[in-house]
Amino acid sequence: MAEISSTKDVDALTLTVNAEFPAASVERLWQLWADREQLQRWWGPPGYPATFTRHDFGVPGTSIYFMEGPEGDRHYGWWHFLEIAEPVRLRIEDGFGDAEGNPDPEMPAPGEFIVDFEATATGARFTIVSQFASLEQFEQLLAMGQEEGMKQAIGQIDALLADDPATP
Amino acid sequence: MVVRTELDEAEVDAIFQALSDATRRDIVTRVIVRAQSVSEVAEHYEMSFAAVQKHVAVLERAALVAKERRGREQIVHARPQAIARARRLLDDYEQLWHGRIDRMQRILDEGNA
Repeated sequence: MAEISSTKDVDALTLTVNAEFPAASVERLWQLWADREQLQRWWGPPGYPATFTRHDFGVPGTSIYFMEGPEGDRHYGWWHFLEIAEPVRLRIEDGFGDAEGNPDPEMPAPGEFIVDFEATATGARFTIVSQFASLEQFEQLLAMGQEEGMKQAIGQIDALLADDPATP
Repeated sequence: MVVRTELDEAEVDAIFQALSDATRRDIVTRVIVRAQSVSEVAEHYEMSFAAVQKHVAVLERAALVAKERRGREQIVHARPQAIARARRLLDDYEQLWHGRIDRMQRILDEGNA
């Protein structure tokens, strides 16, 4: 199995995940990201499989995906490739949006993650560094991903924008 | 991105209400970087001091910031509880990646079989 280690920096709001795969090559790991068929088999969590409707793996390039929940609810997201240095580094901005990949201004601000690939003595590894812009963006992002949370959150944001007690 | 959090619905309500305004999101970001007085915060916005105070009060009710009196000034700081929440959220995000990496391993195993 892959050996996973991770470190969190709460103040900087970064998560670093290191995954070592025995007997894999860097090129093989790269394919997990580059190949749409493989990518959609691991991106979505259990119960929320991901379908990538677009995967332009280049710079500038965009991927658009949706994750379908148990009730047929679809949650769209997008990636913008900021850097693709095959086979050593990927830098991706990811956020929420619509089916066309337009960022949704009412959704949390996009985050960014960097994936660095490296060969090891016995296989290959990659390191993912996720950077969140701020706690509130991060919190909103995750709260919105709750099993029921996303639908509720969208409804609440609409209502709150219409009725905001503290607007001067 | 789908992750469970420990926030209950009332907390989520309060947080969303507080963060539904761009000014308030901006205030939180500023005080996370450095605790500062309400007047310092107010310098960044073209609105009255009273309006900024109102925004800070909404954030306070959502427990995102706290005010502390220091002499004649009120210092706004991010609450330590928020940092604790950040830690739990990072835990959730970490678990999400662990799941992804396990699924990656399965794909790799199929290729070798």
